[in-house]
Amino acid sequence: MTALVLLDHEEGRIRKSALSAVTAASRFGDVHVLVTGDAAVAQAAAAIPGVAKVLHAADAQYAHELAEPLAALIVSLAGGYEQIVAAAGAVGKNVLPRAAALLDVQPIPEVIRIVDAETFVRPIYAGNALATVRSSDAKKVLTVRGSAFDAAPAEGGSAPIEVVAPAVNPNVSEFVAVHLSDSERPELESARVVVSGGRGLQSEEKFHILEPLADKLGAAIGASRAAVDSGFVPNELQVGQTGKIVAPELYLAFGISGAIQHLAGMKDSRVIVAVNKDPEAPIFQVADYGIVGDLFEIVPALTTALN
Amino acid sequence: MNSLQNTVSNAGKILHLQAKEAMKIVVPVKRVVDYNIKPRVKADGSGVETTGVKMSMNPFDEIAVEEAVRLKEKGVASEVVVVSIGVQQAQDTLRTAMAMGADRAILVLSEESPEPLAVAKVLKAINEKEQPGLFILGKQAIDDDMNATGQMLAGLLGWGQATFAGKVEVADGRVKVSREIDGGTEDVSLSLPAVVTADLRLNEPRYASLPNIMKARKKPLETLNAEDLGVDMARRLTVVSVAEPAERQAGVKVGSVAELVEKLRNEAKVI
Ligand SMILES: Cc1cc2nc3c(=O)[nH]c(=O)nc-3n(C[C@H](O)[C@H](O)[C@H](O)COP(=O)(O)OP(=O)(O)OC[C@H]3O[C@@H](n4cnc5c(N)ncnc54)[C@H](O)[C@@H]3O)c2cc1C
Ligand SMILES: Nc1ncnc2c1ncn2[C@@H]1O[C@H](COP(=O)(O)O)[C@@H](O)[C@H]1O
Repeated sequence: MTALVLLDHEEGRIRKSALSAVTAASRFGDVHVLVTGDAAVAQAAAAIPGVAKVLHAADAQYAHELAEPLAALIVSLAGGYEQIVAAAGAVGKNVLPRAAALLDVQPIPEVIRIVDAETFVRPIYAGNALATVRSSDAKKVLTVRGSAFDAAPAEGGSAPIEVVAPAVNPNVSEFVAVHLSDSERPELESARVVVSGGRGLQSEEKFHILEPLADKLGAAIGASRAAVDSGFVPNELQVGQTGKIVAPELYLAFGISGAIQHLAGMKDSRVIVAVNKDPEAPIFQVADYGIVGDLFEIVPALTTALN
Repeated sequence: MNSLQNTVSNAGKILHLQAKEAMKIVVPVKRVVDYNIKPRVKADGSGVETTGVKMSMNPFDEIAVEEAVRLKEKGVASEVVVVSIGVQQAQDTLRTAMAMGADRAILVLSEESPEPLAVAKVLKAINEKEQPGLFILGKQAIDDDMNATGQMLAGLLGWGQATFAGKVEVADGRVKVSREIDGGTEDVSLSLPAVVTADLRLNEPRYASLPNIMKARKKPLETLNAEDLGVDMARRLTVVSVAEPAERQAGVKVGSVAELVEKLRNEAKVI
């Protein structure tokens, strides 16, 4: 059996979650990957050990991973594959269900465990339940959670690269612009440490108090929905059911109450620290270490103590 | 041209454009366990308990309805039709949507939580009946967390899709959408008709006022069967079992920053 992995990338860098998708797909058999972008991305994909072949969608219409042309391309290639897999990120979630519909397949989103080639475990209800589902479709189309599978190594392989012919573009969509926040920090979903802030941070200005601490820990910064909605930080930092799913070694939550939608995105972290002035805050029910107190005193003290 | 003439001629142009563009919008809304309720797995492991549990409109669908109603208020849309595919009680969800400003509703009777593939096929059949210029869906139903239906519908119709929308503008026969993506936002432009799925920050849905709730009772609600639409609702995914995830044990409260650092270093060994 051969699986096709849509390997998504940002500004030419293959996402770590895409490397996790390669690991997941290798459970089925051989792995071919499909990449868009320039030749350097295809070469990076070819260097992933465990990839048997790289399909390079070099044509410019695929450069921005737009769903309409990319799903059409996947459908044109699907005949050779039993499984079509992608990381459960913005690209995979956008493109794969469309391709699945065109193949008359019900997709299986956010898989966290592959039981066998037909059977998969996925969280439902914000992770408050785990469903084991068996697919009767001949082809499986699935997205997998990066936090649930180890990333494949990025170096050491040398797979052949084949440039694929474009499929017919439905020509109903146009890429206009992309606005990426440039940050020197590690990627939120794969960082070893995440420092997160909630409504308790009070304002965009005050949110910066978390930065020296994050610097010291080499951490990514995350946030609750309330912090994003209030404009303290941009949307891509939201952790939760409908934001990013993270499972770092250490997750520090400051001024976050611990709503189930937030817990859905971080409760698989190895060690959780919570700082909240409300001793009854639900976040303490999942925290390994908690401090009841004012974050505006505790954050600077913690930053200093790490010297 | 003096400024008065200018204004008049612009107004004429805008009216003309609106008359040409005013279109129907269809918003699919799902009845789900209220987001404030902590879901409980049934003792026999067959699913999550929904009987006797407070049910509400999927929060993302409230956002989708709000956006459609705003487009109608702006004159971009002429009519907002809401559709739910599910059990008889989904009527309540449709009434709520009409109290928010939708004009009429269609209930397609089926099992309680049909799969996205089946829902997308029903919506495709609804498209043939209604011919909307735009479908606005929620990005995700918070029960099954599939995040798939809008994309699948767009695929079946061969239309453009703008998922995870944070901002929507309709003009000149196109819809321009700012989408929330992993690293920031992305702007795309789609020809109409198209499919949009609403993310959290698209708008803040209004509350239905009492008079509007009363008015909504008189708005038309049509009931159909999935079979009438010729759609095969058979599930492709069989639920083998549903289980609770491993509970995380609450840890300890520490008294000071020094104690926290000591524990992180020597006990948890994470720093
Ligand atoms: C459809 C839907 C999807 C959602 N998706 C997500 C999601 O993906 N991610 C997410 O996070 N949320 C999500 N939510 C929102 C979620 O329900 C909560 O509203 C949100 O997580 C609350 O954020 P918060 O904890 O920062 O704010 P609050 O609940 O207001 O909590 C703020 C906390 O800060 C504490 N505090 C205040 N000042 C201080 C101080 N000086 N020192 C210490 N502590 C202080 C308070 O005691 C309080 O506990 C979603 C909701 C819905 C309906
Ligand atoms: N049974 C349903 N009835 C009406 N709309 C639905 C139904 N299921 C899904 N939808 C729509 O599709 C969106 C995404 O759902 P899902 O793909 O299941 O996460 C929802 O926010 C609704 O707008």
